[in-house]
Amino acid sequence: MTATTTRPTLLRRALALPQAKIGLALTTVVVAVALLGPWVGPWLTGHDTTGFAGKPFQSGGIAGTDGLGRDVLTRFLAGGLTLLIYAVLATALGLVLGAALGMVAGYSGGRLDSLIMRGSDVLLSFPQLVFALLAIAMIGPEGWLLVLVIGITHAPRVARVARQSTVAVKDADFIRAARMYALPRRRILLREVLPNITGPLMVELGLRLTYSIGYVASLSFLGLGIQPPTADWGLMINENRIALVVEPWGVLLPVLAIAVLTVGTNLITDSLASAAARSSDATTSHTAKEASA
Amino acid sequence: MTAPTTVAHTLVARDLRVDTVTGQPVLNGVSYEIAPGEVLALVGESGSGKTTAGLAALGHFRRGLVHSGGDVSVQPGGAAPVSVLAAGERERRSLRGSTVAYIPQDPAASLNPALRIGRQICEVLETHGYGASAAERSARVVEVLAEVGLPADESYRRRYPHELSGGQQQRVGIAMAFACRPSVVVLDEPTTGLDVTTQTLVLRTVATLTAEHDTAALYITHDLAVVATIAHRVAVLRRGEVVECGSTEEVLRAPSHAYTLELVTAVPHLDGTGAAAPSASGAHVVESVSDGRHAAERHDVASGSGSASASNGDRERPPALSVSDLSVSYGDHRVLHDVALEVRAGECLMLLGESGSGKTTLSQCVAGLGRPHAGTVSVSGSPLAASTQRRTAEQLRAVQYVFQSPYSSLNPRKTIAQSVELPLRTLTDLDAAARRERVTETLERVRLDPALADRLPDELSGGQRQRAAIARGLVTTPDVLLCDEVTSALDVSVQATIVDLLCELRRELGMAMLFVTHNIALARHVADRIAVLRGGEVVESGTVDEVLDSPSHEYTRELLANTPRM
Repeated sequence: MTATTTRPTLLRRALALPQAKIGLALTTVVVAVALLGPWVGPWLTGHDTTGFAGKPFQSGGIAGTDGLGRDVLTRFLAGGLTLLIYAVLATALGLVLGAALGMVAGYSGGRLDSLIMRGSDVLLSFPQLVFALLAIAMIGPEGWLLVLVIGITHAPRVARVARQSTVAVKDADFIRAARMYALPRRRILLREVLPNITGPLMVELGLRLTYSIGYVASLSFLGLGIQPPTADWGLMINENRIALVVEPWGVLLPVLAIAVLTVGTNLITDSLASAAARSSDATTSHTAKEASA
Repeated sequence: MTAPTTVAHTLVARDLRVDTVTGQPVLNGVSYEIAPGEVLALVGESGSGKTTAGLAALGHFRRGLVHSGGDVSVQPGGAAPVSVLAAGERERRSLRGSTVAYIPQDPAASLNPALRIGRQICEVLETHGYGASAAERSARVVEVLAEVGLPADESYRRRYPHELSGGQQQRVGIAMAFACRPSVVVLDEPTTGLDVTTQTLVLRTVATLTAEHDTAALYITHDLAVVATIAHRVAVLRRGEVVECGSTEEVLRAPSHAYTLELVTAVPHLDGTGAAAPSASGAHVVESVSDGRHAAERHDVASGSGSASASNGDRERPPALSVSDLSVSYGDHRVLHDVALEVRAGECLMLLGESGSGKTTLSQCVAGLGRPHAGTVSVSGSPLAASTQRRTAEQLRAVQYVFQSPYSSLNPRKTIAQSVELPLRTLTDLDAAARRERVTETLERVRLDPALADRLPDELSGGQRQRAAIARGLVTTPDVLLCDEVTSALDVSVQATIVDLLCELRRELGMAMLFVTHNIALARHVADRIAVLRGGEVVESGTVDEVLDSPSHEYTRELLANTPRM
């Protein structure tokens, strides 16, 4: 090998793919709406999110008003931020927790491995949404609980991926070399193992984010997530469900936003996965070359 | 060996050109021809295109490669020549196996683990419609197994590949290739993964079969010593071009091309010529001396009992590395059995053993990476704990390890400087600037351009990576350096420079070196003493001259006899 250029990182290679560009564009649009909406909304439409603005079904803005006469566009613009924050926090929690458990399990092996992985199997046997419903039914619809429960239910799924990738690298000579210098396990995991398993973890990040958005929206829709009168896309779908025929805008905008966001994050995940697969292809072909040397 | 004097060629490649899909040439007009019964060796280093040129004879190109010119034709037994590349996919498939057969490098990977070997050979015959009846085919299976020197009885044919040794697996592979009596056989490094003794057997089998059946053989290899044993003619490939082609005798004795000369001189010889500069043992090396007590107590102490030239000072100082009564077992299987070794400062002990001899287990025990063991490993007189976690920083500094493959010993996500710096970060309290300085210094010491320090391992060649790995071992100025098969993943010419480097460094730094290898040909180049390990026991030890010139153990004699020479 006489390559003199730095091999582009996984992220850069993924972003070179067309589906990544589309995914990124879609996600950016929805994220921009969610982030800027709360500030732009009232200024754009002249309404706030919870105040009453006229009679029911009276068109007060481009997207009309909802059953309680609130301006749909304003609420739509304001309703994405909480969803997004919850989804991102839940994903981050799930990823960190899952990666840590998975790496420890994979690297240690033996009894600790069995303990962690069988424990996560127990958690995996509950459907994620059912587990969330159970916790919320017991404690109440709190924001932090939503994040915690979704995060915790993500963790075993991430842990499986992290464990498998760790097992694949833990016997590499460079890990042995690190053990030669009696590095503590924590440092071997963070400095030697983690950088080599970022590929699958990135894929997992995208996948879990997509699911998180879905779960937060579903729980809000079921009335167990964000509580009225806060503006929220999931909640809006539920509230405007009754007026679906007369006033489809009330449902359409949030549904569209959630759909576009999930498709967008999914496309990014896909491209990350295929970029990661290609790089592992390159590694295998190199190993093959080395073997024939 | 001389080439059979036949005019007609069975396999002819003319001006073969192959590019990658991105347009980079892999083969730049390669031509070769092989007469019936002749073995042509295609020699080259990794990336020279030798496998591509060999696979072209089967009409196969690996993914990402396109055929862009030239032709390969096969002339089976006096019939009209058939162009392999112009043939349709169907026709080509019927050619493969029946007319042109292929023997891959790794027999374990090429045999179907779920099929009994008799069935597997029979399958080849069925596919190509060999023989009229099942009885005739199974008779041929028996015949071909006998031809490759394997037992052909019913119980043997009913074995699965995993029930055979590596050498037997490779011979089954050869039997499959020769089953349909092909006119051409392409062998892709068939002995690379095998021990020398097995290699000799396999080479002998191939030579007999090709001669008996007038088969033209294309032997792809990087090992010039093997070439000397088996090939009639040699084609040297470099960057997709044949730089030299001629009879084996001519090419290896009097190479006309500078590259061939470089390759030939890079090959280490048992007599100490070629490869690295002779290891100047007289000048710098502190001659080893057997510690009287130890030698008396244990017959297998691997110290040069004959050399009494060392001063009394050396005699009293404890050896840099001493291993005694070392035993390791995996379950009921004993990998090491009461092994004892001593290496003094400035001395190099070659630990010689074939696969499964326990040599890697031994070096990992010394390094602290192994499993719990019985017996003691001590460095400069102080015993070491089995695990690195329980060794002191000073002990960790004193013993360093250079791994076999530089492709896996450097973290692909860390720059060279970060990898080399690792021991300094954990074992010393130098600040960042001082560490950086030491890293640069060490990189210069291993003749690696410090400008490469901020590159990732991916961007370096195999030799450069191995230098970086050596630098990591040297950065803490160890007392003992363990080198575990450090040359076996590298090209011949690179091997020579790495061996050279290690010899020089040992002289410069005066450290003790345990050089673990399966390649006895390196002995005179690197070592002062040799310990031969077999089945977990040291069967012979002594100075290089003693062991090579008058081996006392049967096994050592066998190893020496089976080592291919040029």
